[in-house]
Amino acid sequence: MSELIGSVLVLLGAAFAAVAGLGVLRFGDVFLRMHAATKAGTLGVGLLAIAAAVMMPADTVIARTVLVIAFLLLTAPVAAHLVGRAAWRNGTPLTGGVDGKDVVDEWRDGRRGPIAGDTRSGVTDHSTD
Amino acid sequence: MLTTVLPIAFVLVGIGLLAAVCRLVIGPSRADRVVALDLVTVLLIAVSFLVTLHSGRIAFLDLALVLALVGFLATVAFARYLETEPEPKGNGPRHRQVIDGENQGRVNIDE
Repeated sequence: MSELIGSVLVLLGAAFAAVAGLGVLRFGDVFLRMHAATKAGTLGVGLLAIAAAVMMPADTVIARTVLVIAFLLLTAPVAAHLVGRAAWRNGTPLTGGVDGKDVVDEWRDGRRGPIAGDTRSGVTDHSTD
Repeated sequence: MLTTVLPIAFVLVGIGLLAAVCRLVIGPSRADRVVALDLVTVLLIAVSFLVTLHSGRIAFLDLALVLALVGFLATVAFARYLETEPEPKGNGPRHRQVIDGENQGRVNIDE
């Protein structure tokens, strides 16, 4: 029974890993690619880790898999946030098909005043001039 | 059951790795490459789990743990580099004055 569950988890995790790679290769801009890499990649690795814990139910295996899953779930959002913020501030272009692209560009170029909560950007609010 | 599933899983993760390496090579921006490198690290963790299941050796789980730790540090370091250094050539930052507004001490390469 545990072998069946483990095999299904291995297949699911590997499929998610493949989908993450294809998403990074095929999506249009940095932010879409990050969406594929971070979420699908983390889910795929997490499923494979659970599969390893199911197939080899020993203390040492379970402890390491739990550590890996916890660390991935803690660090993947932080890393994605840092890369996304850096790409945004460097003016990485957005591709077509994004609703509200003009609004996004105006925000980035400072024509719309500061983004709420972004006190570090150095953009001054000219809406009252 | 697992002996039939594991080769398929290896091929699937290999497809993901190949696609990520392709994105790493073709770019075009540095942020794309950082994202691709992050995904390569994550997929290598997946490969180490598959090797653990294939060989039954627990030592590969330590490899997965260390890769998870080091990959995060590498991504954070690359993100800091992305944020502080402008794009080397071609399409540079579109609003460099906004970036430089908060970094008075940094060298502005346009002046």
